[in-house]
Amino acid sequence: MAELITESIAVRADAADEEPDDSQRRRGRSAFWRRLLTPKFVVGAVVVLLIVLFGLIGPLITQDPNAIDNIGLSSPSGAHPLGTTSVGQDVLAQLAHSTRGSLTVGVLVAAFTLGLSAFFGIIGAYIGGITDEGFSLLSNVMLVIPGLPLVIVIASYVESQSVLLVIVVLALTGWAAGARVLRAQTLSLRNREYVLASRVAGERTWRVICVEILPNLLPVMSSGFVFGIVGAVLAEAGLSFIGIGATGSLTWGTMLADAQNGQALLFGAWWWFAPPGLLIAALGAALSLINFSIDEVINPKLRTTNIAKVERRTKREHQS
Amino acid sequence: MATLEVKNLCKDFHVREGGNRRILNAVQDVSFELVPGGTVALVGQSGSGKSTVARMIAHLERPTSGQVLLDGAPAPTRGRGVHKYRSQVQMVFQDPFASLNPFHSVGHHLERPLRLHGVATSKADVHAHVIELLERVQLSPGRDFLARRPHELSGGQRQRVAIARALAPQPSVLIADEPVSMLDVSIRLGVLNLLARLQREEDLAVLYITHDLATARHFSDRIMVMYQGEVVEDGAPDDVILRPQADFTKRLAAAAPEPARNERMIAAASRYAKDTTNDR
Repeated sequence: MAELITESIAVRADAADEEPDDSQRRRGRSAFWRRLLTPKFVVGAVVVLLIVLFGLIGPLITQDPNAIDNIGLSSPSGAHPLGTTSVGQDVLAQLAHSTRGSLTVGVLVAAFTLGLSAFFGIIGAYIGGITDEGFSLLSNVMLVIPGLPLVIVIASYVESQSVLLVIVVLALTGWAAGARVLRAQTLSLRNREYVLASRVAGERTWRVICVEILPNLLPVMSSGFVFGIVGAVLAEAGLSFIGIGATGSLTWGTMLADAQNGQALLFGAWWWFAPPGLLIAALGAALSLINFSIDEVINPKLRTTNIAKVERRTKREHQS
Repeated sequence: MATLEVKNLCKDFHVREGGNRRILNAVQDVSFELVPGGTVALVGQSGSGKSTVARMIAHLERPTSGQVLLDGAPAPTRGRGVHKYRSQVQMVFQDPFASLNPFHSVGHHLERPLRLHGVATSKADVHAHVIELLERVQLSPGRDFLARRPHELSGGQRQRVAIARALAPQPSVLIADEPVSMLDVSIRLGVLNLLARLQREEDLAVLYITHDLATARHFSDRIMVMYQGEVVEDGAPDDVILRPQADFTKRLAAAAPEPARNERMIAAASRYAKDTTNDR
Protein backbone atom coordinates (compact mmCIF):
# COMPACT_ATOMS: atom_id res chain seq x y z
CA MET A 1 0.00 0.00 0.00
CA ALA A 2 2.88 2.31 0.73
CA GLU A 3 4.01 2.15 -2.86
CA LEU A 4 0.49 2.86 -4.02
CA ILE A 5 0.38 6.05 -2.00
CA THR A 6 3.76 7.32 -3.10
CA GLU A 7 2.80 6.51 -6.64
CA SER A 8 -0.40 8.49 -6.46
CA ILE A 9 1.54 11.41 -5.02
CA ALA A 10 3.99 11.18 -7.88
CA VAL A 11 1.13 11.24 -10.37
CA ARG A 12 -0.31 14.31 -8.68
CA ALA A 13 3.05 16.04 -8.80
CA ASP A 14 3.18 15.30 -12.51
CA ALA A 15 -0.23 16.86 -12.92
CA ALA A 16 1.02 20.08 -11.37
CA ASP A 17 3.79 20.17 -13.95
CA GLU A 18 3.33 21.98 -17.23
CA GLU A 19 3.24 18.78 -19.30
CA PRO A 20 0.68 16.19 -18.20
CA ASP A 21 1.73 12.63 -18.88
CA ASP A 22 0.07 10.17 -21.19
CA SER A 23 -2.04 8.34 -18.65
CA GLN A 24 -3.78 11.61 -17.84
CA ARG A 25 -4.56 12.28 -21.45
CA ARG A 26 -6.47 9.03 -21.72
CA ARG A 27 -8.91 9.94 -18.98
CA GLY A 28 -12.10 11.79 -19.85
CA ARG A 29 -15.04 10.56 -21.81
CA SER A 30 -13.67 7.03 -22.16
CA ALA A 31 -13.18 6.99 -18.39
CA PHE A 32 -16.87 7.78 -17.99
CA TRP A 33 -17.76 4.63 -19.89
CA ARG A 34 -15.12 2.54 -18.17
CA ARG A 35 -16.44 3.56 -14.78
CA LEU A 36 -20.00 2.96 -15.94
CA LEU A 37 -19.25 -0.62 -17.00
CA THR A 38 -19.79 -2.16 -13.59
CA PRO A 39 -21.36 -5.61 -13.14
CA LYS A 40 -24.50 -3.80 -11.97
CA PHE A 41 -24.72 -1.87 -15.21
CA VAL A 42 -24.02 -4.89 -17.41
CA VAL A 43 -26.71 -7.01 -15.74
CA GLY A 44 -29.24 -4.17 -15.94
CA ALA A 45 -28.43 -3.41 -19.55
CA VAL A 46 -28.64 -7.06 -20.63
CA VAL A 47 -32.06 -7.51 -18.98
CA VAL A 48 -33.38 -4.29 -20.51
CA LEU A 49 -32.01 -5.28 -23.89
CA LEU A 50 -33.70 -8.70 -23.72
CA ILE A 51 -37.04 -7.13 -22.78
CA VAL A 52 -36.75 -4.56 -25.56
CA LEU A 53 -35.85 -7.24 -28.11
CA PHE A 54 -38.82 -9.31 -26.96
CA GLY A 55 -41.07 -6.28 -27.39
CA LEU A 56 -39.65 -5.55 -30.85
CA ILE A 57 -39.41 -9.02 -32.34
CA GLY A 58 -41.99 -10.94 -30.28
CA PRO A 59 -45.12 -9.46 -31.90
CA LEU A 60 -43.78 -10.38 -35.35
CA ILE A 61 -43.41 -14.08 -34.68
CA THR A 62 -46.17 -14.88 -32.20
CA GLN A 63 -49.80 -15.63 -32.94
CA ASP A 64 -52.64 -13.14 -33.00
CA PRO A 65 -53.01 -12.00 -29.38
CA ASN A 66 -56.75 -11.39 -29.71
CA ALA A 67 -57.68 -14.63 -31.50
CA ILE A 68 -60.30 -16.36 -29.36
CA ASP A 69 -60.30 -20.15 -29.01
CA ASN A 70 -62.48 -22.58 -27.15
CA ILE A 71 -59.58 -23.97 -25.11
CA GLY A 72 -59.84 -21.50 -22.23
CA LEU A 73 -57.31 -21.53 -19.38
CA SER A 74 -55.12 -24.29 -20.76
CA SER A 75 -51.74 -24.64 -19.09
CA PRO A 76 -48.49 -24.18 -21.02
CA SER A 77 -48.15 -26.62 -23.91
CA GLY A 78 -46.45 -26.96 -27.30
CA ALA A 79 -49.13 -24.99 -29.12
CA HIS A 80 -49.34 -22.31 -26.45
CA PRO A 81 -45.93 -22.01 -24.71
CA LEU A 82 -47.40 -19.84 -21.97
CA GLY A 83 -50.88 -21.29 -21.97
CA THR A 84 -54.10 -19.45 -22.78
CA THR A 85 -56.39 -16.95 -21.12
CA SER A 86 -59.95 -17.71 -20.04
CA VAL A 87 -61.18 -16.98 -23.59
CA GLY A 88 -58.37 -18.96 -25.19
CA GLN A 89 -56.03 -16.16 -26.26
CA ASP A 90 -52.36 -17.09 -26.48
CA VAL A 91 -50.62 -15.60 -23.41
CA LEU A 92 -47.20 -15.47 -25.07
CA ALA A 93 -48.61 -13.43 -27.96
CA GLN A 94 -50.40 -11.16 -25.51
CA LEU A 95 -47.22 -10.78 -23.51
CA ALA A 96 -45.18 -9.81 -26.59
CA HIS A 97 -47.70 -7.17 -27.65
CA SER A 98 -48.07 -5.94 -24.07
CA THR A 99 -44.30 -5.56 -23.76
CA ARG A 100 -44.30 -3.42 -26.87
CA GLY A 101 -47.24 -1.38 -25.56
CA SER A 102 -45.81 -0.84 -22.08
CA LEU A 103 -42.35 0.08 -23.36
CA THR A 104 -43.81 2.53 -25.85
CA VAL A 105 -45.81 4.24 -23.14
CA GLY A 106 -42.80 4.23 -20.79
CA VAL A 107 -40.33 5.70 -23.27
CA LEU A 108 -42.73 8.30 -24.68
CA VAL A 109 -43.86 9.47 -21.24
CA ALA A 110 -40.26 9.64 -20.02
CA ALA A 111 -39.29 11.64 -23.13
CA PHE A 112 -42.18 14.11 -22.76
CA THR A 113 -41.51 14.42 -19.05
CA LEU A 114 -37.85 15.10 -19.70
CA GLY A 115 -38.70 17.68 -22.35
CA LEU A 116 -41.13 19.50 -20.06
CA SER A 117 -38.84 19.45 -17.04
CA ALA A 118 -35.88 20.59 -19.13
CA PHE A 119 -37.92 23.45 -20.59
CA PHE A 120 -39.31 24.71 -17.28
CA GLY A 121 -36.27 23.89 -15.18
CA ILE A 122 -33.37 25.01 -17.34
CA ILE A 123 -34.85 28.00 -19.14
CA GLY A 124 -36.42 29.42 -15.99
CA ALA A 125 -33.23 29.10 -13.99
CA TYR A 126 -31.01 30.52 -16.73
CA ILE A 127 -33.13 33.55 -17.56
CA GLY A 128 -34.02 34.22 -13.94
CA GLY A 129 -36.22 37.08 -12.76
CA ILE A 130 -39.96 36.91 -13.32
CA THR A 131 -39.70 33.99 -15.78
CA ASP A 132 -37.99 31.90 -13.12
CA GLU A 133 -40.53 32.93 -10.50
CA GLY A 134 -43.40 31.94 -12.81
CA PHE A 135 -41.90 28.65 -13.90
CA SER A 136 -40.97 27.57 -10.42
CA LEU A 137 -44.40 28.54 -9.08
CA LEU A 138 -45.94 26.38 -11.79
CA SER A 139 -43.69 23.43 -11.03
CA ASN A 140 -44.31 23.78 -7.30
CA VAL A 141 -48.05 23.73 -7.89
CA MET A 142 -47.74 20.69 -10.15
CA LEU A 143 -45.59 19.05 -7.50
CA VAL A 144 -48.21 19.27 -4.77
CA ILE A 145 -51.10 18.14 -6.97
CA PRO A 146 -51.34 14.42 -6.26
CA GLY A 147 -50.63 12.69 -9.56
CA LEU A 148 -52.69 9.52 -9.53
CA PRO A 149 -56.02 11.04 -8.40
CA LEU A 150 -55.63 13.73 -11.07
CA VAL A 151 -54.96 11.08 -13.67
CA ILE A 152 -58.06 9.18 -12.53
CA VAL A 153 -60.19 12.32 -12.74
CA ILE A 154 -58.94 13.25 -16.21
CA ALA A 155 -59.09 9.70 -17.51
CA SER A 156 -62.65 9.17 -16.29
CA TYR A 157 -63.73 12.57 -17.62
CA VAL A 158 -62.66 11.87 -21.20
CA GLU A 159 -64.94 9.47 -23.07
CA SER A 160 -62.65 7.31 -25.18
CA GLN A 161 -59.14 7.10 -23.90
CA SER A 162 -56.49 6.73 -26.55
CA VAL A 163 -52.96 5.66 -25.69
CA LEU A 164 -51.82 9.17 -26.55
CA LEU A 165 -54.17 10.65 -23.95
CA VAL A 166 -52.77 8.37 -21.26
CA ILE A 167 -49.24 9.35 -22.30
CA VAL A 168 -50.03 13.07 -22.22
CA VAL A 169 -51.75 12.85 -18.84
CA LEU A 170 -48.90 10.90 -17.30
CA ALA A 171 -46.32 13.33 -18.71
CA LEU A 172 -48.24 16.39 -17.51
CA THR A 173 -48.46 15.06 -13.97
CA GLY A 174 -44.89 13.79 -13.80
CA TRP A 175 -42.54 16.54 -14.93
CA ALA A 176 -42.43 18.80 -11.87
CA ALA A 177 -39.92 16.93 -9.72
CA GLY A 178 -37.45 16.67 -12.60
CA ALA A 179 -37.86 20.37 -13.33
CA ARG A 180 -36.85 21.25 -9.78
CA VAL A 181 -33.74 19.09 -9.94
CA LEU A 182 -32.71 20.62 -13.27
CA ARG A 183 -33.45 24.12 -12.01
CA ALA A 184 -31.16 23.63 -9.03
CA GLN A 185 -28.39 22.28 -11.24
CA THR A 186 -28.76 25.08 -13.76
CA LEU A 187 -28.69 27.72 -11.03
CA SER A 188 -25.31 26.40 -10.00
CA LEU A 189 -24.04 26.07 -13.60
CA ARG A 190 -25.16 29.47 -14.88
CA ASN A 191 -22.66 31.34 -12.73
CA ARG A 192 -19.73 29.06 -13.50
CA GLU A 193 -16.96 31.00 -15.12
CA TYR A 194 -17.09 29.02 -18.35
CA VAL A 195 -20.70 30.05 -18.86
CA LEU A 196 -19.81 33.69 -18.18
CA ALA A 197 -16.82 33.33 -20.49
CA SER A 198 -18.99 32.04 -23.31
CA ARG A 199 -21.26 35.05 -22.80
CA VAL A 200 -18.26 37.36 -22.98
CA ALA A 201 -17.20 35.55 -26.14
CA GLY A 202 -20.54 36.63 -27.61
CA GLU A 203 -22.57 33.41 -27.61
CA ARG A 204 -26.32 33.81 -27.94
CA THR A 205 -28.55 32.78 -25.04
CA TRP A 206 -29.97 29.64 -26.67
CA ARG A 207 -26.47 28.50 -27.58
CA VAL A 208 -25.18 29.08 -24.07
CA ILE A 209 -28.04 26.92 -22.79
CA CYS A 210 -27.81 24.17 -25.42
CA VAL A 211 -24.05 23.95 -25.94
CA GLU A 212 -22.48 25.10 -22.69
CA ILE A 213 -25.00 24.14 -19.99
CA LEU A 214 -26.99 21.20 -21.39
CA PRO A 215 -24.05 18.78 -21.87
CA ASN A 216 -23.16 19.21 -18.23
CA LEU A 217 -26.73 18.29 -17.26
CA LEU A 218 -26.77 15.10 -19.36
CA PRO A 219 -25.88 12.68 -16.53
CA VAL A 220 -28.66 14.10 -14.35
CA MET A 221 -31.09 14.06 -17.25
CA SER A 222 -30.25 10.50 -18.28
CA SER A 223 -30.82 9.27 -14.77
CA GLY A 224 -34.12 11.16 -14.68
CA PHE A 225 -35.08 9.59 -18.01
CA VAL A 226 -34.39 6.07 -16.79
CA PHE A 227 -36.45 6.57 -13.63
CA GLY A 228 -39.13 8.20 -15.77
CA ILE A 229 -39.52 5.00 -17.79
CA VAL A 230 -39.99 2.89 -14.66
CA GLY A 231 -42.45 5.38 -13.19
CA ALA A 232 -44.47 5.60 -16.39
CA VAL A 233 -44.65 1.82 -16.90
CA LEU A 234 -45.84 1.38 -13.32
CA ALA A 235 -48.32 4.27 -13.51
CA GLU A 236 -49.76 2.97 -16.76
CA ALA A 237 -50.03 -0.54 -15.32
CA GLY A 238 -51.81 0.91 -12.29
CA LEU A 239 -54.27 2.85 -14.46
CA SER A 240 -55.01 -0.14 -16.65
CA PHE A 241 -55.38 -2.40 -13.65
CA ILE A 242 -58.09 -0.22 -12.14
CA GLY A 243 -59.70 -0.10 -15.55
CA ILE A 244 -59.14 3.46 -16.72
CA GLY A 245 -56.21 2.87 -19.05
CA ALA A 246 -56.30 3.30 -22.79
CA THR A 247 -59.22 1.39 -24.28
CA GLY A 248 -58.32 -1.48 -26.57
CA SER A 249 -54.61 -1.32 -25.88
CA LEU A 250 -52.45 -4.19 -24.76
CA THR A 251 -50.02 -3.53 -21.93
CA TRP A 252 -48.76 -5.40 -18.90
CA GLY A 253 -51.36 -3.52 -16.89
CA THR A 254 -54.28 -4.62 -19.10
CA MET A 255 -53.04 -8.22 -18.96
CA LEU A 256 -52.98 -8.11 -15.18
CA ALA A 257 -56.43 -6.50 -15.13
CA ASP A 258 -57.79 -9.20 -17.45
CA ALA A 259 -56.24 -11.89 -15.32
CA GLN A 260 -57.85 -10.34 -12.26
CA ASN A 261 -61.24 -10.15 -13.98
CA GLY A 262 -60.88 -13.70 -15.28
CA GLN A 263 -60.19 -14.88 -11.74
CA ALA A 264 -56.88 -16.40 -12.80
CA LEU A 265 -55.73 -16.59 -9.21
CA LEU A 266 -58.82 -18.55 -8.20
CA PHE A 267 -58.29 -21.08 -10.98
CA GLY A 268 -54.56 -21.28 -10.30
CA ALA A 269 -53.75 -20.03 -13.81
CA TRP A 270 -50.34 -18.72 -12.83
CA TRP A 271 -49.19 -18.56 -16.48
CA TRP A 272 -51.64 -15.74 -17.06
CA PHE A 273 -50.67 -13.24 -14.36
CA ALA A 274 -47.09 -14.26 -13.51
CA PRO A 275 -45.35 -13.36 -16.82
CA PRO A 276 -46.54 -9.72 -17.02
CA GLY A 277 -45.89 -9.24 -13.29
CA LEU A 278 -42.42 -10.68 -13.58
CA LEU A 279 -41.60 -8.54 -16.61
CA ILE A 280 -42.69 -5.37 -14.78
CA ALA A 281 -40.49 -6.36 -11.83
CA ALA A 282 -37.57 -7.28 -14.09
CA LEU A 283 -37.73 -4.03 -16.06
CA GLY A 284 -37.99 -1.97 -12.88
CA ALA A 285 -35.06 -3.76 -11.28
CA ALA A 286 -32.90 -3.61 -14.40
CA LEU A 287 -33.54 0.09 -15.00
CA SER A 288 -32.81 0.79 -11.35
CA LEU A 289 -29.50 -1.07 -11.65
CA ILE A 290 -28.60 1.09 -14.65
CA ASN A 291 -29.63 4.16 -12.71
CA PHE A 292 -27.49 3.25 -9.70
CA SER A 293 -24.48 2.86 -11.98
CA ILE A 294 -25.09 6.23 -13.60
CA ASP A 295 -25.51 7.74 -10.14
CA GLU A 296 -22.22 6.28 -8.98
CA VAL A 297 -20.44 7.83 -11.91
CA ILE A 298 -21.95 11.29 -11.46
CA ASN A 299 -21.92 11.39 -7.70
CA PRO A 300 -18.39 10.82 -6.38
CA LYS A 301 -19.74 10.20 -2.89
CA LEU A 302 -21.39 7.00 -4.05
CA ARG A 303 -18.34 5.77 -5.92
CA THR A 304 -17.23 2.36 -4.75
CA THR A 305 -13.70 1.16 -5.13
CA ASN A 306 -12.86 -2.43 -5.83
CA ILE A 307 -9.77 -2.74 -3.63
CA ALA A 308 -8.74 -6.12 -5.00
CA LYS A 309 -8.83 -4.69 -8.52
CA VAL A 310 -6.71 -1.68 -7.53
CA GLU A 311 -4.13 -3.91 -5.90
CA ARG A 312 -3.97 -6.21 -8.91
CA ARG A 313 -3.42 -3.23 -11.14
CA THR A 314 -0.60 -1.76 -9.06
CA LYS A 315 1.07 -5.17 -8.88
CA ARG A 316 0.88 -5.43 -12.64
CA GLU A 317 2.35 -1.97 -13.06
CA HIS A 318 5.22 -2.83 -10.73
CA GLN A 319 6.04 -5.94 -12.66
CA SER A 320 6.13 -4.22 -16.01
CA MET B 1 -7.01 51.24 -31.16
CA ALA B 2 -9.66 52.05 -28.68
CA THR B 3 -9.70 53.78 -25.37
CA LEU B 4 -12.02 52.60 -22.64
CA GLU B 5 -13.23 55.09 -20.15
CA VAL B 6 -15.07 54.33 -16.94
CA LYS B 7 -17.00 57.24 -15.46
CA ASN B 8 -18.48 57.34 -11.96
CA LEU B 9 -19.33 53.67 -12.03
CA CYS B 10 -21.56 52.48 -9.17
CA LYS B 11 -23.11 49.12 -8.39
CA ASP B 12 -25.56 48.34 -5.62
CA PHE B 13 -26.66 44.86 -4.69
CA HIS B 14 -29.80 44.11 -2.78
CA VAL B 15 -28.94 41.74 0.01
CA ARG B 16 -31.50 39.90 2.08
CA GLU B 17 -30.41 39.21 5.62
CA GLY B 18 -33.06 37.25 7.44
CA GLY B 19 -36.19 39.32 7.07
CA ASN B 20 -34.73 42.73 6.31
CA ARG B 21 -33.28 43.88 3.05
CA ARG B 22 -30.33 46.14 2.80
CA ILE B 23 -28.34 47.68 0.01
CA LEU B 24 -24.70 46.78 -0.43
CA ASN B 25 -22.68 49.40 -2.25
CA ALA B 26 -20.30 47.05 -4.02
CA VAL B 27 -18.74 49.73 -6.21
CA GLN B 28 -18.92 53.45 -5.51
CA ASP B 29 -17.99 56.13 -7.96
CA VAL B 30 -15.06 54.50 -9.75
CA SER B 31 -13.53 56.36 -12.70
CA PHE B 32 -10.48 55.60 -14.78
CA GLU B 33 -9.24 55.36 -18.33
CA LEU B 34 -7.55 52.53 -20.20
CA VAL B 35 -5.33 53.68 -23.05
CA PRO B 36 -3.77 51.51 -25.76
CA GLY B 37 -0.53 49.97 -24.57
CA GLY B 38 -1.17 51.00 -20.97
CA THR B 39 -1.92 48.87 -17.95
CA VAL B 40 -3.98 49.97 -15.00
CA ALA B 41 -3.81 47.76 -11.94
CA LEU B 42 -6.83 47.47 -9.67
CA VAL B 43 -5.68 46.23 -6.28
CA GLY B 44 -7.81 45.29 -3.32
CA GLN B 45 -8.79 42.54 -0.96
CA SER B 46 -11.58 40.03 -1.54
CA GLY B 47 -14.96 41.71 -1.62
CA SER B 48 -13.56 45.15 -2.35
CA GLY B 49 -15.54 45.36 -5.57
CA LYS B 50 -12.73 44.97 -8.06
CA SER B 51 -14.24 41.94 -9.78
CA THR B 52 -17.59 43.69 -9.96
CA VAL B 53 -15.90 46.52 -11.87
CA ALA B 54 -14.51 43.92 -14.29
CA ARG B 55 -17.91 42.30 -14.74
CA MET B 56 -19.56 45.63 -15.45
CA ILE B 57 -16.96 46.44 -18.09
CA ALA B 58 -17.36 42.96 -19.61
CA HIS B 59 -21.13 43.45 -19.72
CA LEU B 60 -21.94 40.68 -17.28
CA GLU B 61 -23.45 43.07 -14.75
CA ARG B 62 -25.41 46.22 -15.32
CA PRO B 63 -24.05 49.30 -13.54
CA THR B 64 -26.49 50.95 -11.13
CA SER B 65 -25.22 54.29 -12.33
CA GLY B 66 -22.26 55.65 -14.22
CA GLN B 67 -20.99 54.89 -17.66
CA VAL B 68 -18.56 52.79 -19.59
CA LEU B 69 -17.36 54.63 -22.71
CA LEU B 70 -15.57 53.01 -25.60
CA ASP B 71 -13.84 55.63 -27.73
CA GLY B 72 -16.10 58.25 -26.20
CA ALA B 73 -19.33 56.45 -27.07
CA PRO B 74 -21.41 54.85 -24.29
CA ALA B 75 -21.24 51.05 -24.29
CA PRO B 76 -24.43 49.65 -25.84
CA THR B 77 -26.71 47.71 -23.52
CA ARG B 78 -28.58 45.47 -25.96
CA GLY B 79 -28.70 44.05 -29.46
CA ARG B 80 -25.96 43.90 -32.06
CA GLY B 81 -24.15 46.73 -30.36
CA VAL B 82 -23.23 44.51 -27.42
CA HIS B 83 -21.72 41.98 -29.82
CA LYS B 84 -19.63 44.69 -31.43
CA TYR B 85 -18.55 45.99 -28.04
CA ARG B 86 -17.49 42.49 -27.06
CA SER B 87 -15.28 42.15 -30.09
CA GLN B 88 -13.38 45.13 -28.66
CA VAL B 89 -13.47 44.35 -24.95
CA GLN B 90 -12.54 40.86 -23.75
CA MET B 91 -11.93 39.33 -20.36
CA VAL B 92 -9.68 36.68 -18.83
CA PHE B 93 -11.24 35.01 -15.81
CA GLN B 94 -9.69 34.23 -12.49
CA ASP B 95 -10.01 30.49 -12.24
CA PRO B 96 -8.64 28.54 -15.22
CA PHE B 97 -10.14 25.37 -13.73
CA ALA B 98 -13.63 26.87 -13.95
CA SER B 99 -13.42 29.10 -17.00
CA LEU B 100 -13.14 26.30 -19.57
CA ASN B 101 -16.13 24.04 -20.15
CA PRO B 102 -15.11 20.50 -19.13
CA PHE B 103 -17.28 19.14 -21.92
CA HIS B 104 -15.56 20.90 -24.82
CA SER B 105 -12.16 20.59 -26.45
CA VAL B 106 -9.55 23.33 -26.49
CA GLY B 107 -10.26 23.75 -30.21
CA HIS B 108 -13.94 24.43 -29.56
CA HIS B 109 -13.12 27.14 -27.02
CA LEU B 110 -11.05 29.01 -29.58
CA GLU B 111 -13.16 28.35 -32.68
CA ARG B 112 -16.33 29.85 -31.28
CA PRO B 113 -15.11 33.42 -30.71
CA LEU B 114 -13.29 33.34 -34.06
CA ARG B 115 -16.51 32.46 -35.87
CA LEU B 116 -18.78 34.66 -33.74
CA HIS B 117 -16.76 37.76 -34.44
CA GLY B 118 -16.12 36.98 -38.07
CA VAL B 119 -12.35 36.82 -37.67
CA ALA B 120 -12.36 33.62 -39.70
CA THR B 121 -15.19 31.96 -41.57
CA SER B 122 -14.02 29.03 -43.67
CA LYS B 123 -13.07 25.82 -41.90
CA ALA B 124 -9.44 25.92 -43.01
CA ASP B 125 -9.17 29.57 -42.04
CA VAL B 126 -10.57 28.92 -38.56
CA HIS B 127 -8.20 25.98 -38.11
CA ALA B 128 -5.20 28.10 -39.08
CA HIS B 129 -6.26 30.86 -36.71
CA VAL B 130 -6.75 28.45 -33.81
CA ILE B 131 -3.26 26.98 -34.33
CA GLU B 132 -1.80 30.47 -34.54
CA LEU B 133 -3.56 31.54 -31.33
CA LEU B 134 -2.31 28.47 -29.47
CA GLU B 135 1.25 29.08 -30.56
CA ARG B 136 1.04 32.75 -29.63
CA VAL B 137 0.27 31.73 -26.06
CA GLN B 138 3.19 29.31 -26.18
CA LEU B 139 1.18 26.14 -26.48
CA SER B 140 3.14 24.58 -29.27
CA PRO B 141 2.81 22.60 -31.35
CA GLY B 142 -0.75 23.92 -31.41
CA ARG B 143 -2.01 20.89 -33.31
CA ASP B 144 -1.39 18.70 -30.24
CA PHE B 145 -3.68 20.80 -28.07
CA LEU B 146 -6.68 21.07 -30.41
CA ALA B 147 -8.51 17.92 -29.38
CA ARG B 148 -7.55 17.98 -25.72
CA ARG B 149 -10.08 18.67 -23.04
CA PRO B 150 -9.48 21.12 -20.18
CA HIS B 151 -8.91 18.37 -17.59
CA GLU B 152 -5.94 17.14 -19.60
CA LEU B 153 -4.14 20.46 -19.18
CA SER B 154 -2.30 21.93 -16.24
CA GLY B 155 -3.46 25.16 -14.63
CA GLY B 156 -0.91 27.24 -16.50
CA GLN B 157 -1.85 25.68 -19.82
CA ARG B 158 -5.53 26.27 -19.14
CA GLN B 159 -4.96 29.91 -18.37
CA ARG B 160 -3.02 30.22 -21.62
CA VAL B 161 -6.01 28.75 -23.47
CA ALA B 162 -8.26 31.24 -21.66
CA ILE B 163 -5.95 34.09 -22.74
CA ALA B 164 -5.97 32.80 -26.32
CA ARG B 165 -9.77 32.74 -26.24
CA ALA B 166 -9.89 36.35 -25.05
CA LEU B 167 -7.51 37.35 -27.85
CA ALA B 168 -9.48 35.50 -30.55
CA PRO B 169 -11.89 38.34 -31.41
CA GLN B 170 -8.85 40.64 -31.75
CA PRO B 171 -9.90 43.00 -28.98
CA SER B 172 -8.25 46.25 -28.10
CA VAL B 173 -9.13 46.19 -24.40
CA LEU B 174 -8.39 43.24 -22.14
CA ILE B 175 -9.73 42.82 -18.61
CA ALA B 176 -7.61 40.37 -16.63
CA ASP B 177 -9.44 39.43 -13.43
CA GLU B 178 -6.76 37.99 -11.13
CA PRO B 179 -5.30 35.97 -14.00
CA VAL B 180 -2.63 34.27 -11.92
CA SER B 181 -4.09 34.03 -8.43
CA MET B 182 -5.13 30.40 -8.92
CA LEU B 183 -1.82 29.29 -10.42
CA ASP B 184 1.27 27.82 -8.82
CA VAL B 185 3.77 30.48 -7.84
CA SER B 186 6.33 28.92 -10.18
CA ILE B 187 4.25 29.51 -13.31
CA ARG B 188 2.73 32.88 -12.40
CA LEU B 189 5.57 34.88 -13.81
CA GLY B 190 5.44 32.98 -17.11
CA VAL B 191 1.77 33.79 -17.59
CA LEU B 192 2.24 37.43 -16.58
CA ASN B 193 5.19 37.84 -18.94
CA LEU B 194 3.08 36.31 -21.69
CA LEU B 195 0.32 38.84 -21.01
CA ALA B 196 2.84 41.68 -21.04
CA ARG B 197 4.34 40.50 -24.33
CA LEU B 198 0.94 40.13 -25.99
CA GLN B 199 0.04 43.59 -24.75
CA ARG B 200 3.14 45.06 -26.40
CA GLU B 201 2.51 43.19 -29.64
CA GLU B 202 -1.17 44.17 -29.88
CA ASP B 203 -0.99 47.54 -28.21
CA LEU B 204 -3.73 46.37 -25.85
CA ALA B 205 -5.26 48.47 -23.13
CA VAL B 206 -5.18 46.24 -20.05
CA LEU B 207 -7.01 46.36 -16.73
CA TYR B 208 -5.04 44.10 -14.41
CA ILE B 209 -7.00 43.11 -11.33
CA THR B 210 -4.99 41.58 -8.53
CA HIS B 211 -4.44 41.50 -4.80
CA ASP B 212 -0.70 41.31 -5.23
CA LEU B 213 1.01 44.69 -4.94
CA ALA B 214 4.36 43.38 -6.16
CA THR B 215 3.15 42.22 -9.58
CA ALA B 216 0.92 45.27 -9.86
CA ARG B 217 3.98 47.47 -9.39
CA HIS B 218 5.99 45.48 -11.90
CA PHE B 219 3.43 45.24 -14.69
CA SER B 220 1.37 48.41 -14.59
CA ASP B 221 1.64 52.12 -15.27
CA ARG B 222 -0.93 53.11 -12.73
CA ILE B 223 -2.26 51.51 -9.57
CA MET B 224 -5.67 52.03 -8.06
CA VAL B 225 -6.36 50.59 -4.64
CA MET B 226 -9.96 49.69 -3.86
CA TYR B 227 -11.34 49.27 -0.37
CA GLN B 228 -14.99 48.47 0.33
CA GLY B 229 -16.12 49.60 -3.10
CA GLU B 230 -14.21 52.84 -3.19
CA VAL B 231 -10.93 53.81 -4.79
CA VAL B 232 -8.83 54.91 -1.83
CA GLU B 233 -5.55 55.43 -3.62
CA ASP B 234 -4.70 56.18 -7.22
CA GLY B 235 -1.36 57.02 -8.78
CA ALA B 236 1.94 55.89 -10.28
CA PRO B 237 3.03 52.46 -8.97
CA ASP B 238 6.08 53.68 -7.08
CA ASP B 239 4.15 56.50 -5.42
CA VAL B 240 1.38 54.18 -4.30
CA ILE B 241 3.70 51.55 -2.89
CA LEU B 242 6.56 53.61 -1.49
CA ARG B 243 4.54 56.60 -0.29
CA PRO B 244 1.07 55.26 0.47
CA GLN B 245 -1.42 57.90 1.59
CA ALA B 246 -4.50 55.94 2.56
CA ASP B 247 -4.58 53.84 5.71
CA PHE B 248 -5.57 50.71 3.84
CA THR B 249 -2.72 50.99 1.35
CA LYS B 250 -0.24 51.41 4.19
CA ARG B 251 -1.49 48.23 5.80
CA LEU B 252 -1.46 46.43 2.45
CA ALA B 253 2.11 47.49 1.73
CA ALA B 254 3.20 46.51 5.23
CA ALA B 255 1.58 43.09 4.86
CA ALA B 256 3.73 42.20 1.86
CA PRO B 257 6.54 39.84 2.81
CA GLU B 258 9.87 41.60 2.82
CA PRO B 259 12.99 39.45 2.41
CA ALA B 260 15.24 41.71 4.51
CA ARG B 261 12.83 41.70 7.43
CA ASN B 262 12.46 37.94 7.20
CA GLU B 263 16.22 37.49 7.48
CA ARG B 264 16.25 39.66 10.57
CA MET B 265 13.48 37.55 12.05
CA ILE B 266 15.26 34.29 11.27
CA ALA B 267 18.45 35.65 12.79
CA ALA B 268 16.56 36.70 15.91
CA ALA B 269 14.88 33.32 16.17
CA SER B 270 18.11 31.38 15.87
CA ARG B 271 19.76 33.67 18.46
CA TYR B 272 16.86 32.98 20.77
CA ALA B 273 17.14 29.23 20.17
CA LYS B 274 20.88 29.31 20.95
CA ASP B 275 20.29 31.28 24.16
CA THR B 276 17.66 28.88 25.44
CA THR B 277 19.86 25.82 24.75
CA ASN B 278 22.79 27.47 26.52
CA ASP B 279 20.62 28.17 29.52
CA ARG B 280 19.86 24.51 30.06
